[in-house]
Amino acid sequence: MVAQGQRDVSGERRIWDGSASRVRIARLMLGLLMSALAAVGVLAIAERAAASEGEQTIFGVISFTSEESNERVPIEGVEITVEGVGSVTTDGDGAFSIPVEPGEYTVSIDPATLPPGTSLRDLDRVELSALVEPGRDQRVLFAVVAGEEGFTDTSGGISLRRVAQLVANGLKDGLYLAMAAIGLSLIFGTTGLTNFAHAEMVTWGMLSTYFFNFYGLAGVIGFLAPLPGPFGDGVPVVFAVVFGAISGGVLGWLINRVLFKGARRAGVALLSQMLMTIGLSILMRYLMLYFFRGGPRQYLEYTAQRAVSIGPIQLTPKDMIAMALSVVILTGVGLYLQRTKMGKAMRAVSDNRELAESTGIDVERVISNVWVAGAALAATAGAFYGLTTVRWDFGFRILLLMFAAVVLGGLGTAYGAFMGALLVGLSISLSTLFIDAELKNMVALLVLVVVLLFRPQGLFGRPERIG
Amino acid sequence: MTDEAFTPGLTAGGGGAAALRATEYDNPVAGVFDDVEQVPGAAKPDPILVADGVVKTFGGLTAVDVAHLEIQRGAITALIGPNGAGKTTFFNLLTGFDRPDRGSVSLEGEDISRVAPHRLARRGMVRTFQLTKALSRMTVVDNMKLGATGQRGESIWRSLLGPLWSAQESEVGERAEELLDRFNMSHMADEFAGTLSGGQRKLIEMARALMTDPKLVMLDEPMAGVNPALTQSLLGHVKGLRAEGRSVIFVEHDMDVVRDISDWVVVMAEGQIIAEGTPDSIGKNQAVVDAYLGQHHDQDLSVESPAGGSSDEVGESDG
Amino acid sequence: MDWGFIFERVMTAAIGPEVIVFALAAIGLNVQFGYAGLLNFGQVGFMAAGAYGVGMAVYWLNISFWWGIGLGLVYATVLAMLLGVPTLRLRADYLAIVTIASSETIRLFVRWRGNSGRTGASEGIGEFARPFYDLNPFDNAARYQFGPFNFLGRDLWVVLVGWILVAIALLLVWQWMRSPWGRALKAIREDEDAARALGKNSYVYKLQALLIGGLIASVAGMLQVIQKAAVQPDTFNPVITFMIWTILILGGPGRVWSPVVGSMIYWSLIVFLENVLRQLPPGTRSTLESTIKLSDFNISQFRFILVGLGLILLARYRPQGIFGSREEMALDDR
Ligand SMILES: Nc1ncnc2c1ncn2[C@@H]1O[C@H](COP(=O)(O)OP(=O)(O)OP(=O)(O)O)[C@@H](O)[C@H]1O
Ligand SMILES: [Mg+2]
Repeated sequence: MVAQGQRDVSGERRIWDGSASRVRIARLMLGLLMSALAAVGVLAIAERAAASEGEQTIFGVISFTSEESNERVPIEGVEITVEGVGSVTTDGDGAFSIPVEPGEYTVSIDPATLPPGTSLRDLDRVELSALVEPGRDQRVLFAVVAGEEGFTDTSGGISLRRVAQLVANGLKDGLYLAMAAIGLSLIFGTTGLTNFAHAEMVTWGMLSTYFFNFYGLAGVIGFLAPLPGPFGDGVPVVFAVVFGAISGGVLGWLINRVLFKGARRAGVALLSQMLMTIGLSILMRYLMLYFFRGGPRQYLEYTAQRAVSIGPIQLTPKDMIAMALSVVILTGVGLYLQRTKMGKAMRAVSDNRELAESTGIDVERVISNVWVAGAALAATAGAFYGLTTVRWDFGFRILLLMFAAVVLGGLGTAYGAFMGALLVGLSISLSTLFIDAELKNMVALLVLVVVLLFRPQGLFGRPERIG
Repeated sequence: MTDEAFTPGLTAGGGGAAALRATEYDNPVAGVFDDVEQVPGAAKPDPILVADGVVKTFGGLTAVDVAHLEIQRGAITALIGPNGAGKTTFFNLLTGFDRPDRGSVSLEGEDISRVAPHRLARRGMVRTFQLTKALSRMTVVDNMKLGATGQRGESIWRSLLGPLWSAQESEVGERAEELLDRFNMSHMADEFAGTLSGGQRKLIEMARALMTDPKLVMLDEPMAGVNPALTQSLLGHVKGLRAEGRSVIFVEHDMDVVRDISDWVVVMAEGQIIAEGTPDSIGKNQAVVDAYLGQHHDQDLSVESPAGGSSDEVGESDG
Repeated sequence: MDWGFIFERVMTAAIGPEVIVFALAAIGLNVQFGYAGLLNFGQVGFMAAGAYGVGMAVYWLNISFWWGIGLGLVYATVLAMLLGVPTLRLRADYLAIVTIASSETIRLFVRWRGNSGRTGASEGIGEFARPFYDLNPFDNAARYQFGPFNFLGRDLWVVLVGWILVAIALLLVWQWMRSPWGRALKAIREDEDAARALGKNSYVYKLQALLIGGLIASVAGMLQVIQKAAVQPDTFNPVITFMIWTILILGGPGRVWSPVVGSMIYWSLIVFLENVLRQLPPGTRSTLESTIKLSDFNISQFRFILVGLGLILLARYRPQGIFGSREEMALDDR
């Protein structure tokens, strides 16, 4: 069945054509060079911080929003540690400050020192990295919430309120995940390729949004920084997200153009193409680490928004807006696939490539569009996810969830990916009722394995052909 | 078409061919079908394979819906039908590669509907594929040796102890060479199978299947894409199988071929068996003519192609 | 730049512990991918299984280190079953998806606070390998120099045992692959349905291949943590798997020797590059720091960037390895 699933579908196989492949190597090299150049530009970023000598501090305030008064209540006596420097406890205003030399640090909070009835909002954020640049004190945010989500408490009981909150969180993650996963499923559908680099598209969207937010469209490239307006200066998150999505589409187009179009034409086996996506994923991930450095960061705006209550649910306005936008975007994608000519062509190619080709559809164009749309969607998802934290390896962290979603829905269908993502989002969120939240992503693996055991074609997929 | 037409190909072979030629490809089942009623689902005197109420649907499409079918032992049965009739799917269901939604299949009286393909192969039921499956990065002779069943060295533990299997291995090797000889492929024995031509791949696939020493051989379009001369020699091999007492089912689009070698013809259309009969009578069957006419109308609209041509392309993509 | 020093470093690395560990893991992957065509994207999970086997035996179960080797093999077996049973009946991509997903999950799981009593959570486990070094015929703390090779006594012991293990693994693979078992495995790699039609239970063969490859990788994992004298969850970063893939494809999958050759080439290259970069004249170095951010940290990231780039180029142009013939590539119609 290996051979079946992966037999090259591009028709005639061209066997190692020396000259043509040299041209292609050259093109590939050019592409890589271009990316490298772009990356070099990114480097200039760090230079932008004003340089002043002397000691800096890592500082912050630990507080939470009281449920009764709806006011921020500072927390005293929480232990904060900067690795290799020392620990402090927060004062009466919940504030802490630790003097450090410029450099990169890991800052952690000890959740055990939080007063009863409060907990960390995001379990991933017990440890944060802080990059302290010369002349700039670094603020660190540990979001503490009232109530018992997560850290210490899985035995907190199953209250209606808690379930409602988890459903809301699950829905949020599911919506973002759907945007991230649809492209994965469509690329598989149209080309048969399992794109392991799709997760990096999510990270790309997140990081480029971050960079647009901080440095504007061109300010990332050092010498262009003095340019005015949106070029040399950071743009508001709202615009940065749009630019991030566009940059995702551009990257998707480029990747298909430089790497996979040629590979398909040269009849490179799907298995080798899959390895190429793996290579691409690692290359992208570590280039991002190279330039972004390790620690988690945040956009300039909306970092610490206060959650508002809707009935039993608490959501921050930014999340609500992003969720609403996701619904709009996903509906748009649905309509696009149902109504437009290109959308129908995408579905037709997913359904049966040869049939589609014989009815006059330009399959390569469709594939190119799928790459652009899929990558742009993933980048948008990344930008939205980034409203919480920006990380260089974020995509990889949700790779498992993306695959669980598309396999659950049925590889190759957009609708399946959407439903799968919602289900995965919800089940992961609700699983924290029963298991330690740190392990919640394992639920996705469980979903994946159970689906493969009992319904490998997924909920909405079709069994494959034999013989 | 007479036997002489392919005899030259066989004489070129070695000892195996000589043994075969002695039989002159008598038809051991000549006359067996005289008393069989020419209707779908007809009972046969000595069925080796029986399918009963076998249904397979893909989404809304009913690909196979066979009420009853018996395959006569020792005979060559042709399975014909327009493209998309469900022949390959039916093969998959019979050989365990796919599970029917409903119904049962039995081999020599034993139910095999839930038996895995590899077990069926060990029980003497072997198949080939419409899209030839040469094992490209293995030599031709390794392709052949693979076919032998019951090899001791195929166990993970025993394989580590050479002496436990080396004797059997050389036996298998001899058998492989004999068969290669018979199929005129000896000169290719040490080449990678991936270097073979399409027709040679068909040959090696058939030869490899014979290494399992099967009772029932199921060939899915063994002649598709093979040049006429090679077709003749393939036909000769198929008749040779019957002469050795094996049963054969084969799918074919070329009616000349069907008329030439089959003892009995089963016609499928839209998943159902619409007719059964002797090769001579089947062409006069109104249901068959209708089924094929419908098919030809379709074909005229798209592309004029030799039998099986357009189906091959579709198959290639899905396969 | 001290070329003599770099030469010694490269030569020592070329037969050193890392080459051995990765060669072993790649031998395992060769059985899985090179011969059986299995897309195991989670080889590092098997290494972790072996490593935590020895570590947890000492740290959690308080039994002897030597029992831990058995425990590691048991873990690897369980893992192979967990990964293989649901996926090996399906198209090859599914094993790839499940393995890539599970190797990261394993890392997160052993790192989980709730496991601190068993796995040491993010701290990991130390102090477990003494019985191994007690058997060392060399002086653990002394330096040994022969030719261009320079090892600490304890490493020399690891290297010696390691190469013996590699030799055993190679011998096993060689014998397996010339037997009918290996032939059936290769047939399954080429076309699973054809093999099934000929009476081969492809599911069992694939499980066996996954298991064998996993067990060999688990031994690699054990050797690695013994050499490091610590079991740390972050050693088992999923990207390690793809270093192993790069090594295997460099050497050429489906050949007995390729994992060793690939591992030597890969590590010589990395060590050479990193040493050259680290020893750049201060002027050049600071220019590179200010233009392309060539910090010490980033130099240590080069190996991953190279893996990414290498995989893309190898998979695209040389899927049969740098020594593979074009003819053979043309045959690869998967
Ligand atoms: N896995 C599958 N999923 C969906 N439809 C399928 C699948 N396998 C077969 N079909 C459909 O079932 C029908 C029968 O197909 P099948 O391959 O059995 O035809 P066939 O008689 O062998 O045709 P041909 O002569 O062209 O080889 C076709 O309409 C085909 O599209
Ligand atoms: Mg068919």
